[in-house]
Amino acid sequence: MNVSYRWLSDYIDLSGLSAQDLAEMMTRGGIEIDSVPSRNAGVNGVVVGYVKTREKHPDADKLSVCTIDAGTGEDLQIVCGAANIGADMKVPVALVGAKLPGGLDIKRAKLRGVESQGMICSAKELGINDKLLPKEQQEGILILPPDTEIGRDILDVLALNDSILELDLTPNRSDCLSMLGVAYEVAALTGRPLELPDPGKDLYPTTDRTSDHLSVSISATEQCSLYSARYIKGVKVASAPQWIQNRLIAAGIRPINNVVDITNYVMLEYGQPLHAFDAAKVAGGRIDVRLAKPGEVLVTLDGQERKLEPQMLVIVDADKAIALAGVMGGANSEVTLETTDIILESAKFDGGTVRRTSRQLGLRSEASVRFEKEVDPNRVRAALDRAAGLIARYGNGLVTEGIAEAAVSSPEPVIVELSLDRINGMLGTELSSLEIKTILSRLQFASEVNGDGRWTVTIPSRRPDITRDVDLVEEFARLHGYDEIPTTLIEGPTTAGTLTKPQAIRRELRSILTGAGLHEAICYSVTSVQRTALFKELSGGSNAISLAMPMSEERSVLRTTLLPSLLEAAAYNLTRKNNDLALFEIGNVYHTDEVALSRLPQEKPRAALLLSGNRRSASWNRSAEPVDFYDAKGALEKVFERLGLAGRIAFVAAQPEGFHPGRTAAIAIHTEHGTETVGYVGQLHPELQRDFDLPDTYVAEIELALIYEYSDSHIEYRALPRYPSMERDIAVVVDRGVAGGALTEAIVASAGELLESVKVFDVYTGDRIGSDKKSVALALVYRHGERTLTDEEVTETHARVLAQLEQSFGAELRK
Amino acid sequence: MKERLEALRKEALEQLQGVADAATLNDLRVQYLGKKGQLTEILRGMGALSAEERPVIGQVGNEVRAAIEAVIAEKQEGFDRAATAHRLQAETIDVTLPGKAVNVGSVHPLNKVAQEIEDIFIGMGYTIAEGPEVETDFFNFEALNLPKNHPARDMQDSFYITDEILLRTHTSPVQIRTMKAMNGKTPVKVICPGKVYRRDDDDATHSFMFHQIEGLVIGPNIRMSDLKGTLLQFVQEMYGPQMQIRLRPSFFPFTEPSAEVDVTCAQCGGSGCRMCKHTGWIEILGCGMVHPKVLEHGGYDPKEVTGFAFGMGVERIALLKYDIDDIRHFYANDTKFLSQFAKI
Repeated sequence: MNVSYRWLSDYIDLSGLSAQDLAEMMTRGGIEIDSVPSRNAGVNGVVVGYVKTREKHPDADKLSVCTIDAGTGEDLQIVCGAANIGADMKVPVALVGAKLPGGLDIKRAKLRGVESQGMICSAKELGINDKLLPKEQQEGILILPPDTEIGRDILDVLALNDSILELDLTPNRSDCLSMLGVAYEVAALTGRPLELPDPGKDLYPTTDRTSDHLSVSISATEQCSLYSARYIKGVKVASAPQWIQNRLIAAGIRPINNVVDITNYVMLEYGQPLHAFDAAKVAGGRIDVRLAKPGEVLVTLDGQERKLEPQMLVIVDADKAIALAGVMGGANSEVTLETTDIILESAKFDGGTVRRTSRQLGLRSEASVRFEKEVDPNRVRAALDRAAGLIARYGNGLVTEGIAEAAVSSPEPVIVELSLDRINGMLGTELSSLEIKTILSRLQFASEVNGDGRWTVTIPSRRPDITRDVDLVEEFARLHGYDEIPTTLIEGPTTAGTLTKPQAIRRELRSILTGAGLHEAICYSVTSVQRTALFKELSGGSNAISLAMPMSEERSVLRTTLLPSLLEAAAYNLTRKNNDLALFEIGNVYHTDEVALSRLPQEKPRAALLLSGNRRSASWNRSAEPVDFYDAKGALEKVFERLGLAGRIAFVAAQPEGFHPGRTAAIAIHTEHGTETVGYVGQLHPELQRDFDLPDTYVAEIELALIYEYSDSHIEYRALPRYPSMERDIAVVVDRGVAGGALTEAIVASAGELLESVKVFDVYTGDRIGSDKKSVALALVYRHGERTLTDEEVTETHARVLAQLEQSFGAELRK
Repeated sequence: MKERLEALRKEALEQLQGVADAATLNDLRVQYLGKKGQLTEILRGMGALSAEERPVIGQVGNEVRAAIEAVIAEKQEGFDRAATAHRLQAETIDVTLPGKAVNVGSVHPLNKVAQEIEDIFIGMGYTIAEGPEVETDFFNFEALNLPKNHPARDMQDSFYITDEILLRTHTSPVQIRTMKAMNGKTPVKVICPGKVYRRDDDDATHSFMFHQIEGLVIGPNIRMSDLKGTLLQFVQEMYGPQMQIRLRPSFFPFTEPSAEVDVTCAQCGGSGCRMCKHTGWIEILGCGMVHPKVLEHGGYDPKEVTGFAFGMGVERIALLKYDIDDIRHFYANDTKFLSQFAKI
């Protein structure tokens, strides 16, 4: 809603309050005002001139030489380039010394040899948005009404000495979609009295009765509760007076003719949209409000043929639809220059019905917006009378006696009760009864108070947002001032603030992984169908959950694994020349076994990581080290160790889809219920690397539910060893296929309790041991808790280990 | 014999005085004190002395030896010190060359900011509640006093999956879930962080996926002044004790009264600048007293309890905190962007 400051001052005295002050006051009161542009875009020294003569320029076909009376005492000669200039017109004249928007200074000039003492202006040159001008005024210079006073400042004529308050209304304050509503709000904020227009005073009733011309009915009683109409005879359709046009332009509405402009003017004033029909085109003098019939069509005022659907509300005459209720009139009943008698409609249509229809047809208008928010039923007749009066005065119409009306129900007044204790208890204020009374009277809400401080307030229908006591509490709060509410701290028992275990673990994961040099990413939760198919095992057989109305194919389903979006992030980084990548993400994936969701899907928390390029880039003292599988695995091992899970986790060779079949491990967790795979770590499959344009890339993704459940922060202290250890290194040659993990497991199993630790410290493959063999070197540490070990017992244990390795793996001691 | 010893001492000390290197010093040590040295040679003649003279001469011999040894030791120490200094000089490295890099990762700025906010409220006795991102229409809208015809729940604005299931458009459904889980008990004091989704075209200030943090407090007499006090405390812990807040009346279906909250512009301290559009204030969150219908949906009697709720966009807080120009940076995951947030 764009509110003209000057127009507003018709209803309330704004002296001492600049437009800026008012904007600030209203914003602090809850009606946010985005900006307060001046209507004068920089015009100075432009006056109304009368074109006495117009001659063709002697040396230029498209130029005219005009003699102008601009009230300066002498005639001015001005050269003009507009095609629509003619003698006997009133036009805006920028005198020598005038200023125009855009920093243009008007000087005496010679145009093709002819002297020009000023400039005749178009509306655009005066800084007026030409889209808001009547069609015939959009080209050429601005032609003013013939009765415009010569020499008058154009700023007065066009009401450009004005500012616009651009209201950014919250959905509840549709009452401010009208000048009167804004005036009530300003009255509540300032306490100043209101001067409201008297709708009836401009009516000129004849003895002719409306009922002789028109009857109305409502068939769709659910969708329309009140329909009022007036009949106006002998209307002369012409331009509206300049002041009405000025106000419409200020509000952002294009003037059309006096009848349409007056309906728009009253809509802006009362918030009640009106519609005028050409009475001659309304068959049978009958109007009904009903739902559209299947297959019914209507050509609307914009010339479009609209296919109507049965839930749409239409206005019909004796034999056809003549308007889409509250949305747009029909072309078949449009008011034109030939129209003499009009039917003026004012009604309350159901907001939801209007909203659905306007959305469905893509037709949103100033009228539909107001109906959507529910118009004030008590202004339906007042607005009708106001418009009828203005049409009588500015369109020479004769308003027939009486209103043709159909009403389904009349609105019940809303009564709200509340106590002073409730107000102060909710706000933390100490408002007095007198303060409450003052605020209510400023709001012009009728109220009664009984002995024990309980108020009974009658809410006027212009404020449909107030239905409960808390709504009134807000009125007191905002009119008393939010700044006046004290700041206090919550009273009552203290509470301990904590993270849940999953939250704490997620933070720990972030800390570990960032400590390991990884950057945390956040990727979108939606992806394409193709992406959800890349890692079958990680998707866990889930169906992809599709959005009903996705914004694009790439973001049409919920992700079932984290990795695809991380791969996209990696690919993006590579295009940005970020070649060494270490990324992780902690987030949800969404799984369901349903094809169409009937219940909420499972949201599974997961962590994924991605490594590519170099672990360390080359420096002056060392060469670059590319990442490999063991970097990814090492990061995970660190995670499991920190979370107290090292003893439960095993890495087992696996070939899940999307991964390099020879360089991937399933991550298994041992629990009392058995062993479960919680994720995979490995090299990305070379085909996927190619598809994403990535070099060798190592990735992992793990499900966090079991990690959360089994993570264990309990620390069991063991006494420091008091007796020395004995260390034995061995190197065994085994078939290449033998897993290092299997060797260490066998060693642990066969060595018994004397073995403190075993660690692989070298793996060798090469010609010296045969192409199908590998040599694994292991460091074994033996220790006894209560005494020093003897050489003999270590030797005996060690021999048992070697024998076991030989038996299980055909291992030979490497010489 | 005594004279010979004294002469030896004199000669040796004179010789030693001019020694300038460790090798010469060693030669002199051997010459005077070695097994075949001059002192030994002189003392070898002691056997010919009388029993009375022998201890006297022996003592003189020891004194001479001690004197020579002392000088040698002193000299040796000097040479050792010089040699060490020389070696250390040779070992000098260029300390201005870069060290061996240890990779440093970074928490995503949105999570960094969210954790900071969470920690402030944990310190104020709040717990953290979470809820599903895929929600039912009831929890996301209906229970929050957004009835079926409310424009904010239009198909155009939300990502629906079915008629009854959608991606949550705000973290507010967690309020209802929390209330239901509390089963009528008070006080409720929770913070609900999480991802939310709206059908917005992405641009510099909009993202179809973003993060919110919601707060909810319910108790027997929670007042709007408590809300103001809580938010002031939060803002001062987050941005500094000089910060102030300003509440402006606003509208949310799930609160009444409702307010938008402005905070002193951190850039200019309130004097007005580009960032705050010369108002001195920056809008950072929305809040209000929990609407009675919402309390009822959560299983509370609005006559018995009151509550407040507030919600903020994590992206907005982070954009302002770091003066980032485009919300899309948060989701591009460019490491040149992410690595800037590695600091504590």
